[in-house]
Amino acid sequence: MLPDKRGHFNGFGGKYVPETLMVALDELEREYKRARKDKRFKDKLDYYLRQYAGRPTPLYYAENLTKKLGGARIYLKREDLLLSGAHKINNTLGQVLLAKRMKKTRIIAETGAGQHGVATATAAAMFGLSCDVYMGDEDIKRQSLNVFRMKLLGAKVIPVHSGSKTLKDAINETLRDWVTNVRDTHYVLGSVVGPHPYPMIVRDFQSVIGKEAKRQLMRKEGRLPDYLVACVGGGSNSIGLFHPFFKEKKVRFIGVEAAGEGLRTDKHAAAIMGGKVGVLHGSKSFVLQNSDGQIDIAHSVSAGLDYPGVGPEHSYYSRIKRASYVGADDRQALKGFKMLSEVEGIIPALEPAHAIAYLTKLAPRLKKEKIIIVCLSGRGDKDIDIVKDALKL
Amino acid sequence: MNRIDKRFKELRRKKKKAFIVYVTAGDPNAKATERIILELDRCGVDILELGIPFSDPIADGPTIQAASQRSLSNNINIGKILGLVGRVRRATDIPIALMTYYNPVYIYGIKDFVKDAKDAGVDGIIVPDLPPEEAEELISYSRRANFKNIFLLSPTSSRERIKFITKKSSGFIYYVSLTGVTGARESLPKDIANNVKMIKRMTDKPVCVGFGVSTPKQARSIARIADGVIVGSAVIKVIEKNLKKRDIHKKVARFITSLIRPVKGI
Repeated sequence: MLPDKRGHFNGFGGKYVPETLMVALDELEREYKRARKDKRFKDKLDYYLRQYAGRPTPLYYAENLTKKLGGARIYLKREDLLLSGAHKINNTLGQVLLAKRMKKTRIIAETGAGQHGVATATAAAMFGLSCDVYMGDEDIKRQSLNVFRMKLLGAKVIPVHSGSKTLKDAINETLRDWVTNVRDTHYVLGSVVGPHPYPMIVRDFQSVIGKEAKRQLMRKEGRLPDYLVACVGGGSNSIGLFHPFFKEKKVRFIGVEAAGEGLRTDKHAAAIMGGKVGVLHGSKSFVLQNSDGQIDIAHSVSAGLDYPGVGPEHSYYSRIKRASYVGADDRQALKGFKMLSEVEGIIPALEPAHAIAYLTKLAPRLKKEKIIIVCLSGRGDKDIDIVKDALKL
Repeated sequence: MNRIDKRFKELRRKKKKAFIVYVTAGDPNAKATERIILELDRCGVDILELGIPFSDPIADGPTIQAASQRSLSNNINIGKILGLVGRVRRATDIPIALMTYYNPVYIYGIKDFVKDAKDAGVDGIIVPDLPPEEAEELISYSRRANFKNIFLLSPTSSRERIKFITKKSSGFIYYVSLTGVTGARESLPKDIANNVKMIKRMTDKPVCVGFGVSTPKQARSIARIADGVIVGSAVIKVIEKNLKKRDIHKKVARFITSLIRPVKGI
């Protein structure tokens, strides 16, 4: 079972952090391993996931979309229906409960699209911890609704002016805060990135997506799906869906990266398709970078995918060919956004709109007996301004 | 003998403490860095930490972040920095340790990096985001080349880690004075003396203290307890104020002299 003891996924992952954080990472890993075996912790998390956040989420048969695309049967895993509007709450409830166990009084987080920030602020409000969220200037502009929601939830949103002013720089700044305040602060990392044990912890908390979907499809169809499709930025919703199916060799995984203005341009966020192995934010994985090892600025219409790295477990899946990674560009994502809204009456976030966009290629070429599960990781309210401008509505 | 070891041996014989200065290579440009290095040598700086800038310096505060950006905007890279070291080596024997993040080194290729750096006249390397656990490859190439790997300890390091890191570190041990990023501070934590004492009980290797040091008073109090004092951001601030000046190296020298006296006076 990976990661190994040192947090490696066959050479990816690891702990590339300043010494000051090593002890905090060890403490987090120890406490997490203890909590994982503690029935009371599991029951408590389960209680809040059900009663508070709204699990289980439906596995919805998208009949209209299936008919429109005229191929495989499409199921949507409705993470968009969760409290705070995305799958991020699965992880933040778990991590904030861990923070309480470690007697930390303050929570910090990074956010790109604002979904992880909102989910962290939500969990912090629920459990009475103070919460600071770092967010790039650029993202504050394009995701203003979520900034307002975080403030309403009692969190402080700290703008980040450095570098590309997006998710990458927000993570830099959160790490700097953590190095400074490590004794009383827990960093709630929002994706399957960063140093070990984060990629493992976030994966485990998000695996509820795949576990539920598996059970639900068994009940409805009496069998496993043929394809799992999810968008990949850092890659938490996709790992959450994929991981519980890892040993089911016949189930194919497709991760959809943000191709921005095109994979041939320098404006995209497809780390696996267009990057090289490197070390960013504490772990070894595929990274968009130049020939000197300086990190490139990513681009995507979706703030949540606008990140030059990707979780180490995805790099591992890619290397062993357990998953394939494809791209959907900004234009295709916007089309997917519009299509799902019109055909199913579901307004998706721009992130999963990339996965929806890829369906238009995948579903029609598959036979009608085939089954695809798509992770609809979040809802699209936060994106209405961007979409309004882009589609000239 | 490696220049860093040699320098500490001399200092121990004279019962003096090391004064170590960090500057970012290529800030404000490569020529100025060369002049600054030679001037530092003339001022009596014992060891130079030469920064290879990285786009995402998570252990650095605003001052060194800005220096990194200035340097990167000149398209500096490892190859050019090693060329710079090669040029100053003709004129100075000052021990030089490169300081950078892991990715540029990893992308350059660890084996090539150690070889090329050594050939250029570099004596060691400090990588704040590379704990010894992930450094096996670097350590093994470095050992063969007598190239020093200086690892860091912090106020949060446990006894086990102090034991482990003092064993892995060569050249000296870099004790980070505070929990936080680089940058000048008005006051430093009170636990430095006790922590340094504890580390020194567990190793014979020199222990030098950096992060936050910016005033003569701070430099003096650290020189009393440690084997060396490391100053970085405070020097970069002087560079920052004199970016356009032709005699930028003289301005740096004046500041360095004010700090070096209290360190050497002990």
